[in-house]
Amino acid sequence: MIWEVFRCERKGRPFEHAGSVVAPDADFAEAWAREQYGRRGESAALWLVPRDAIRDVESWADEFDLKYRRVDGYSIKARLKEARERASARTR
Amino acid sequence: MNERLLGLADDELVIGWRDSEWTGIAPVLEEDVAFSSIAQNEIGHARAVYRLLTDDPDALAFDRPLEEYRCAPLAELRLLDWAHTIARRWLYEEADRIRIEALMRDADPAVAGLAAKIDREEAYHRMHAELWHARLRDEPRFREAVRELWPYALGVLPPEQRAELAARVELGEVPAVERGTHTDELAELWEEMTSVRRSAPAGARW
Amino acid sequence: MAAVEVPRDEQAFLDYVQAGGQVEATDRLPDEYRAKLVKFIEMHANSELMGVLPEREWILRAPTLQRKLALTAKVQDEVGHAQLIYRVVEDLGKPREQCLADLVSGRSKFHNVFHYPTRSWGDVGVIAWLVDAAAIISQKALLKCSYAPYARIMKKICWEESFHILHGRDVILAMVTGTPAQFELVQEALDRWWAPLMQFHGNPIPQEEDPMWHWRIKSQSNEAARQQFLEGYVPQIRELGLTVPDPKLRRRDDGVWEYTEPDWDELRHVVTGHGPMTDERLAFRSRFIEQERWVRDVVLAA
Repeated sequence: MIWEVFRCERKGRPFEHAGSVVAPDADFAEAWAREQYGRRGESAALWLVPRDAIRDVESWADEFDLKYRRVDGYSIKARLKEARERASARTR
Repeated sequence: MNERLLGLADDELVIGWRDSEWTGIAPVLEEDVAFSSIAQNEIGHARAVYRLLTDDPDALAFDRPLEEYRCAPLAELRLLDWAHTIARRWLYEEADRIRIEALMRDADPAVAGLAAKIDREEAYHRMHAELWHARLRDEPRFREAVRELWPYALGVLPPEQRAELAARVELGEVPAVERGTHTDELAELWEEMTSVRRSAPAGARW
Repeated sequence: MAAVEVPRDEQAFLDYVQAGGQVEATDRLPDEYRAKLVKFIEMHANSELMGVLPEREWILRAPTLQRKLALTAKVQDEVGHAQLIYRVVEDLGKPREQCLADLVSGRSKFHNVFHYPTRSWGDVGVIAWLVDAAAIISQKALLKCSYAPYARIMKKICWEESFHILHGRDVILAMVTGTPAQFELVQEALDRWWAPLMQFHGNPIPQEEDPMWHWRIKSQSNEAARQQFLEGYVPQIRELGLTVPDPKLRRRDDGVWEYTEPDWDELRHVVTGHGPMTDERLAFRSRFIEQERWVRDVVLAA
């Protein structure tokens, strides 16, 4: 069985995919992943997940331009410039 | 006291040396990496115990004449097949646990403290040994290897601790292969282990 | 923003990787790309596994406990690298047992340096310092490989190799500040290893003719890697009072290193399985693979 190994470098950090080990069960996977991904104390924690348990999600529909949901969908430079100009004109 | 600690340290040194022989040639790559950590830990334990006895652990590890090493024959055996290697690992860890538990109750705080540290690391060795034991327990090669090594395993412990070992591994007590007489295999190991070190005179730096 | 899609058409795929695009194991890969990739990555995995053997002998002879531990840890890392790299090959469809069978039969290859003997503790230092240095240069360039799973493992590999170089240099420094006999041991080892080191990065191939560059599997030419090695390490070697055994070796004013042309026939000869230690080492590896096959059968059956 292939076990995917996710490691957390320090408490509070996200778990990141680090690699995989081939092992017959969770106990062997643990014994082996501990050393391959932690013998230098480089991991605070590991998650071991059988590859088969992982569902791959890789594509999204993006047919309509839904920029309002994203940061790059807002361009405020031009309007901000105009608003500042109007504000300074009012105070003169 | 020195004899007991020296026996522990020499056992760890020699079994660590033997276990390090598998680095690069273990049956499964993932196991090779894990097994090498165990070997390194054992050498580390030896070094830590030597430090209780001397300021120069390397001198103690390398520079004694053969007769002055106190290791048990179990550690000395050259076992370049996996069934015997794992059988030895398992038996050794069981014996060592009994020994370490006793040392954790030692009156000397330095000894008790070091034994506790060793024990915390050995917990992982035991997990590993038990993993393999569970997988191979019905495999004829493994059972045969355990049978062959059992008298040697008993010899790791003083007589008063052997009944406990026998109970833990569920084997009947048999005459032990005692400490005190070294195998030819230790002589070969020592030759190789000290060859580079002996090749240089005083003033050499490594 | 559409999800990045790896093109299915071969020319479009080529344009995509040449523009810096990366691909995953689950993407549809052109047959030629996949074949070149497997061969290249497999050779790397084989090299890690075979590189273990020359160094392993010296683990048993290390002259201090510290060196014993450091060398064991280094060799352990190489085995770990082999595991990481074989996993990449396995995920490309070639089972590990097949890789090992092809290695011991000579069908697949491993790098030149691991076909040579070691003779002394001097070799231990030279290998850990300079062979690993040559390797890390190639490995850093592979961080940009178009095949993402391979690029990703390079990070861990490079991180661990950096310890090896430090360890190797420390071993060398101890010896060159020890006895005259120890200094000579290092010089003698360097004399033997220099030619294989110069051959290590391969003969210069024009980039347009290099399929590894074409598919962006490699992002650095053989000659660029060699120049980087010389630039970084010749000064470090010389500052210890050691002599590089190439009278023609010199750095031009424009920064390019000139050297005696390596024997490319020797490289080809060695890498095709005719090195001084090739047969012995493959036989040794084969012996243990066969002897412990029963263990894999019992343990890996889930």
